[in-house]
Amino acid sequence: MPTFVYMTRCDGCGHCVDICPSDIMHIDKTYRRAYNIEPNFCWECYSCVKACPQHAIDVRGYADFAPLGHSVRVLREEKKGTISWKVIFRDGREKSFESPIRTTPWGSIKPPQDYAAPSEDKFKNQELAHEPDALNIDDLPALTPDKLKQGVV
Amino acid sequence: MFTSNPFAELSAFISPSVMRTYIVVMVVLVVLGTIYDVLHKKSAKYFRENMRKAKANATEKVGGSEMVSMAVKTAIVDVAASGEFCNPRRRIAHLLTMYGFVAFAAATAIMIFQYATPGAATPAILPQLWHIGALMVCVGGYWFWFFIRVDVAAEGSSPFRIMRADLFILSLLASATFALLWSYLQTTGNSWAMAAFGLHIVATTVLFGSVPWSKFAHMFFKPAAAFEKRLSAANGSRSKLPAPADKPETFGSPVEQPRHY
Repeated sequence: MPTFVYMTRCDGCGHCVDICPSDIMHIDKTYRRAYNIEPNFCWECYSCVKACPQHAIDVRGYADFAPLGHSVRVLREEKKGTISWKVIFRDGREKSFESPIRTTPWGSIKPPQDYAAPSEDKFKNQELAHEPDALNIDDLPALTPDKLKQGVV
Repeated sequence: MFTSNPFAELSAFISPSVMRTYIVVMVVLVVLGTIYDVLHKKSAKYFRENMRKAKANATEKVGGSEMVSMAVKTAIVDVAASGEFCNPRRRIAHLLTMYGFVAFAAATAIMIFQYATPGAATPAILPQLWHIGALMVCVGGYWFWFFIRVDVAAEGSSPFRIMRADLFILSLLASATFALLWSYLQTTGNSWAMAAFGLHIVATTVLFGSVPWSKFAHMFFKPAAAFEKRLSAANGSRSKLPAPADKPETFGSPVEQPRHY
């Protein structure tokens, strides 16, 4: 189910080009609008559909298993922190969903580069960077030999 | 330079009637090019079909006065203020280029039709508008070309990579740049002034003559698309999009433009 672009809605801002994990959303050489250069490589992640500020990108099903008439559209509202879906089935039924995409303001989460670089000793530790502090716990649970079922080791 | 009418001096070499004929030919080229573009790309048919779909999926009735109100909003917000742009830098660059082009083109037409005779007493505002318009086109256009253009900002392509989509912006920039250069050389009495004028004419002819192949026609179909968007929101069809969530806008916005190269 590859993505496609409504050319009259697209303003060529490049958000989809930037976000596509397959790097298949590019800028058209004739009209400077976005387009999917390789529909077969699209895995329908909907990243570009959600990122498009103009709602110019849609996803269509292949005609053999998803005949025309259905629709799956999504509305991402950054300021409200919500993502809403509207699914229209071929028989006319409609289903709507609304989910939170975040519960904190944009930019309020400390990015990885703002953490101090780990010391040399930390590299000898099996914990990942900034664990357990970044997880807001004192210690990671760990199995010690005495806690294992006798006879296993 | 900013207060002198370059066409008054030009009339010593080129007859005003030739200049006027050129303007008329350019207008005709734009009209014919746009009609060809609309027919060839079937854009009018596309919009009519979309309007029909929006009407079929409508959940609310839109009255005549509401339609007029939407048309006025489209004209003021989407057309006059370039309100559809999500990137503020692109919006400013577009406003500079658009109003610069309008001032430049209008001042050219008025000066050629009214004051294109040697020693004509041209009101100072006209050459000023002409020069400021060309400068605005250059500022907005070169800013867009070198820094904002998505091919460069998001695709990581070289600013000097040229393709068909660049026909409009490059011919517009060349037209305004050579016009300013011509005016400057003419004021300083440089013998290369006519060469700059020749290049200005070539660029202008390409700009207005290439409507079917360039994105010049966007000034006609973009307002139609903006109106259609407003109509689909008003009549509840929303292009099959979900209705906005009933939540307060408390999270702000990342305001992050794609520029990862």
